Amino acid sequence: MQNDTRPLLSVRNLRTSFFQDEGITKAVDGASFDVSPGKTLGIVGESGCGKSVTAQSILRIVDRPGRIVEGEIVLTRADGSQVDLVKLEANGREMRSIRGGDIGLVFQEPMTSFSPVHTVGAQLIEAVLLHNAVSKKEARRRGVEALRSVGIPKPERRIDEYSFELSGGLRQRAMIAVALSCDPRLLIADEPTTALDVTTQAQILDLLRKLQRERGMAIMLITHNLGVVAEMADDVVVMYLGRVVEQGSVDDIFHDPKHPYTRALLQSIPSIDAVPRLKLATISGSIPHPFNRPTGCPFHPRCAASIAGRCDTEVPQLQAVGDGRKVSCFLYQ
Amino acid sequence: MTNRYAGSGKSVLLDVKGLKKYFPIRRGLLQKTVGLVKAVDDVTFFVKRGETLSVVGESGCGKTTTARCILRAITPTAGQVLLSDNGEVLDVATVPKSRLRSLRRQMQMIFQDPFSSLNPRMTLLDIVGEPLLVHGVGNAQERTDRVMEMLRLVGLRPEYMRRYPHAFSGGQRQRIGIARALALNPRLVVADEPVSALDVSVQAQILNLLLELQERLGLTYLFVAHDLSVVKHISDRVAVMYVGRIVETAPAEELFASPKHPYTEALLSAVPKPDPRLRADRIILQGEVADPANTPSGCHFHPRCKYAQAICREKSPVLEEIAPNHSVSCHRATELSLRGVASSTA
Repeated sequence: MQNDTRPLLSVRNLRTSFFQDEGITKAVDGASFDVSPGKTLGIVGESGCGKSVTAQSILRIVDRPGRIVEGEIVLTRADGSQVDLVKLEANGREMRSIRGGDIGLVFQEPMTSFSPVHTVGAQLIEAVLLHNAVSKKEARRRGVEALRSVGIPKPERRIDEYSFELSGGLRQRAMIAVALSCDPRLLIADEPTTALDVTTQAQILDLLRKLQRERGMAIMLITHNLGVVAEMADDVVVMYLGRVVEQGSVDDIFHDPKHPYTRALLQSIPSIDAVPRLKLATISGSIPHPFNRPTGCPFHPRCAASIAGRCDTEVPQLQAVGDGRKVSCFLYQ
Repeated sequence: MTNRYAGSGKSVLLDVKGLKKYFPIRRGLLQKTVGLVKAVDDVTFFVKRGETLSVVGESGCGKTTTARCILRAITPTAGQVLLSDNGEVLDVATVPKSRLRSLRRQMQMIFQDPFSSLNPRMTLLDIVGEPLLVHGVGNAQERTDRVMEMLRLVGLRPEYMRRYPHAFSGGQRQRIGIARALALNPRLVVADEPVSALDVSVQAQILNLLLELQERLGLTYLFVAHDLSVVKHISDRVAVMYVGRIVETAPAEELFASPKHPYTEALLSAVPKPDPRLRADRIILQGEVADPANTPSGCHFHPRCKYAQAICREKSPVLEEIAPNHSVSCHRATELSLRGVASSTA
């Protein structure tokens, strides 16, 4: 990648909706952001903010009755060509070579994302064979290598074990090994440590950082844990009800949050280095049901700085405020 | 911020002594016992009236089993669970079944998952009123009044009492669970991961509610959790468990500021801090949590401990008080100087 300043992945005005009998759920409602090569982008938000559906849209694995309604997802491939993933056939040849090839995916649930009736090796070798013209023997050798690179002890033996024989931490490592077996340039990690204990979480985050350093791949880290984002990300996108409310560098987001939602979220988390038993700042109410989306700014019913007559009727757009920062809030327009 | 624990002259409400719970591993046609899972292995601690003791540890360390033994949801293998009841001290672990019901009135539980812990076919009135009905408290009108009072107490509108749980969000459901637990005026409230299933923005509301109710009603909490930030926020004292044993117990602020057990140090260090400027060197523990069916010799933590010496492999350390209210089970507790997390006043 010589002097390539183009983003590796550029998402523009993405809308993904689920068309159900009860109504339409706008899971992602106009999200835009870029992932830079070799950098970590943290996507933060609470349940229902559309962060996982965004990842599914990028990989074109949105389950029915959901589909991408609008938008562009432009991926810059290794040869410099650009391709809009939205225009590709979801199960076509090109998309299949990108999914798992250019873009790897690590899911939240290491328990359920492996098949219980196939060995870890079979699933790993399958991924290698799918994306590379190599013999089975070579694929197995690469599989063992992949398991070794993620720090699984005795990979020659572990490769023939089933996922239920591995502990949670080892299973997540194996998951990462599958995702990395084809040298992706972008790794999408959807809540990769949420199901793990803190000490195991620390091991996995450390591993992701090490692998990123070695391979120069970009990571899109999706999480609700602000601590994990602060620890890992270079840039951060904050989402609420399917929309990007704020984006900026990790330092800006944590030390100079602009959007009232980001500010409230940061204040409401108990921190391990805070004084015990102080009353926490809270965000009033709870996340609205998707069928019951507020008009105007989706956050206005819970927002302390809401402007009557404006926030409840107009939808704020994501606008640049200073260096590399964008906020979608009328307070800054 | 005054140190609530300074007033430690309060009397002991719950005294757990040498609690053990072993589960047999059965194999083969005759289901012969071939081994034991030592889920809780000689646990001793106490909880004073009006305070919050948190039991923390990673999955499989026995914290939930400990809580269940205390409520006698399961019968412990050995040990005592002494609960003070109007000057009388009863051993929950051995008390006959006939007396258990009246004892359970004193101990109520708040569950982790607000979606599966409320019966979807019962209205709020039925759910919150059920403990009253089971224990034969009052007549129908009095019970309804009590339910309305409880709903108001936890910040829900009493008019909602004829609705079903599906009409409520996760945070509201957890409030219903709290109202149910408090309906009988229990002395001890056991909360097993009460906020871990909630969204971050809702978690703060529930934590504030729990703290507020404690102040108002003088409740005693036994809090079981894995999130150390939450634990620090809510606790007066903390007990850290590792593979069935308590490795350290101390007043919350002291435990976080100056841990004395290497496992506590590693656990504190592993928590990601929500500040990108604090990307410090973390202690990354090697290996995995020991298997409670096949525990290491000596100190359970020695295979992962960077301070381990020969004695740690051979001899099991005992929980010893090294400072007032601060007990540690480590051979090297007094010689090591370990890193904690400071309380920033910002």
